[in-house]
Amino acid sequence: MAIVVSNISKRFPPARGEERGLLAVDNVSFTVPQGHLVALLGPSGSGKSTILRIIAGLEEPDTGEILLEGDVTTASPVHQRGVGFVFQHYALFKHANVRKNIAFGLEVRKWPRREIQKRVDELLELIQLQGYADRYPSQLSGGQRQRVALARALAPRPRVLLLDEPFGALDAKVRRNLATQLRQLHSEFHTTTVFVTHDQEEAIEISDEIVVINRGRVEQIGSAQEIYDRPCSKFVASFIGNVNVIEGTAERGKILIGPDRLPAPGLQSTVSAGEVVLLVRPEDVEIAGGPEHSTLEGVIRDVRYRGDRYEQEIEVAGLLIRAIEVKSRGHESNRSAGEKVHIRFGRHTIFEADQDHAAIRAQLQSLGYIE
Amino acid sequence: MSSAVSMSGSGVNGSPQPRAARGAPPTRRGFTSASREGRWGTRILLGVVIVWFAVLILAPIAALVWGTCDAGLGAALAALRTPTAREAFNLTIGVTIAAVLINTFFGVVLALVLARQRFGGKLLLEGLIDLPFSVSPVVAGFMFIILFGPQGWLGRWFEAGGIRVVFAVPGIVLATIFVTLPFVTRELVPVLRECGLEQEEAARTLGANGWQTFWRVTVPSVRWGLGYGITLTVARALGEFGAVLVVSGSIIGKTQTATLFIHQEFTDFHYEGAFAASLVLAVVSFCLLVAMELIQKRMQQERS
Repeated sequence: MAIVVSNISKRFPPARGEERGLLAVDNVSFTVPQGHLVALLGPSGSGKSTILRIIAGLEEPDTGEILLEGDVTTASPVHQRGVGFVFQHYALFKHANVRKNIAFGLEVRKWPRREIQKRVDELLELIQLQGYADRYPSQLSGGQRQRVALARALAPRPRVLLLDEPFGALDAKVRRNLATQLRQLHSEFHTTTVFVTHDQEEAIEISDEIVVINRGRVEQIGSAQEIYDRPCSKFVASFIGNVNVIEGTAERGKILIGPDRLPAPGLQSTVSAGEVVLLVRPEDVEIAGGPEHSTLEGVIRDVRYRGDRYEQEIEVAGLLIRAIEVKSRGHESNRSAGEKVHIRFGRHTIFEADQDHAAIRAQLQSLGYIE
Repeated sequence: MSSAVSMSGSGVNGSPQPRAARGAPPTRRGFTSASREGRWGTRILLGVVIVWFAVLILAPIAALVWGTCDAGLGAALAALRTPTAREAFNLTIGVTIAAVLINTFFGVVLALVLARQRFGGKLLLEGLIDLPFSVSPVVAGFMFIILFGPQGWLGRWFEAGGIRVVFAVPGIVLATIFVTLPFVTRELVPVLRECGLEQEEAARTLGANGWQTFWRVTVPSVRWGLGYGITLTVARALGEFGAVLVVSGSIIGKTQTATLFIHQEFTDFHYEGAFAASLVLAVVSFCLLVAMELIQKRMQQERS
């Protein structure tokens, strides 16, 4: 294991008027296998950046240990850990040009001048900024700066590469490009990499594993597919991807939903009784050809065109549900508002409702992650 | 008609943006600045400023130059070559260098503490640093006499050790350090705060220890602020009069700085010496001013 995070906790000092400070990291443990690219994913304020900084040594945990390639590093200072770190706002040395920035880690290690020259040229080619060696950070665009920051961190061949929301300050397009480049770099060098993000699409797209963090705790660890298809907590289900959150009551093997209390179409309950929360992703809301066994009738209220797919708002059982119809070749959707449809739920997850659910909903709503 | 001097916020040919355009209610006559009344108002204001500038700044300098050359350049140079004059300038240079070195060192340390650490009473400390600005230099000089005079609280210890502080060079150095204390710190603290910790954190992750981080990252990132602070310190140290007058006793040849020399020459009616020395100081100050402008320009460039 390249990185072992073991029972790390950290509480921030109390602000004025507080009795105790915020518990930013709450007994977090996970491991990162050698050569893997892992995402720490979570909403703002979930503690993921703090965890990353603790791994780097920029913050000290209250309890717990960090092991890098088997060495206990918790007590060793930052500059001896051999980690490369990329900051959200680049943190390039403004007074130095690109070449000196990239060479910094090597100069500090007293590499011979020729070796430094060679390595810097290598990296410049890698990040495709060959002609920019003498430019200063103020003369570069955001994307270019981040590439330089990446090259700078990689120059001394760190055993672990850590990135703190590296693309957060960039445009969507640039962000996607750089994320792909990061993945490519990783395929080439296989440096164990951990990056922090709140963008689930980014995490799903480039990482081998995702560690979902919320409120300082690990919610789930798994591959992108596992997390998306088999979320193990309400938070993960609500946070990752789009999802319809439907409250209902389990009764005699069925789940009754909506103010009309109709049985949810196409599923059997595994909970015998009580309040439940049913989570169905828009792409798993199936529109059947006609009234079939175990479908519910509904009416399309709104159709929105999204370029590559259609989003439909369907009223069924007194609820508004989102469905997605992907544009397939040669077939444009001809559904329109007011049309009657028969729907069934495909893949879904069911959780018991409790206060936790309301709190999670409120949290994600206040952060703007769901409506 | 175009104005010869451009005011900030407007082009050379234009008039300032009408205030009313920013959402304030229009004046009685609507947007008037483009009208003749507005332009005349601008011109009068400009005229007042130019006259003020000329009377308070240009005229005295012109008088200084004229006064120096009045008796002939030779006499002026001769006045500067006397041993008294030379010792005065040497003393000024020495004191300035000492003040710069000591204040730079402590100023940087203090700035780092203020910008990076959190502790109770920080605001108070920041306020206290500005104290030398609010205290009259003469009062500062007296403070040092009380403190370091032969019967002073600290002075008695020095006397016992055979070191004379006041009415001697050490006292002058101390007084000069006091009046120039805030400059370096005041320039560095905002620059340090603005730069923030990230660059230093980046340096540490790249393997630099504390010392290397300081020299390779922190200092270069604040070098223009530091340069500006040092320039201010030099300018102030060169021109310090009141505190040094009180503390030094103005002993000719021993504790007389350039400013005290000028004062002495003037009261003795040796005008050539006074004028010549004044002109030297004025020229040096001007060069410092130019240096400060250049530094500020660099700071602006780097900021963008």
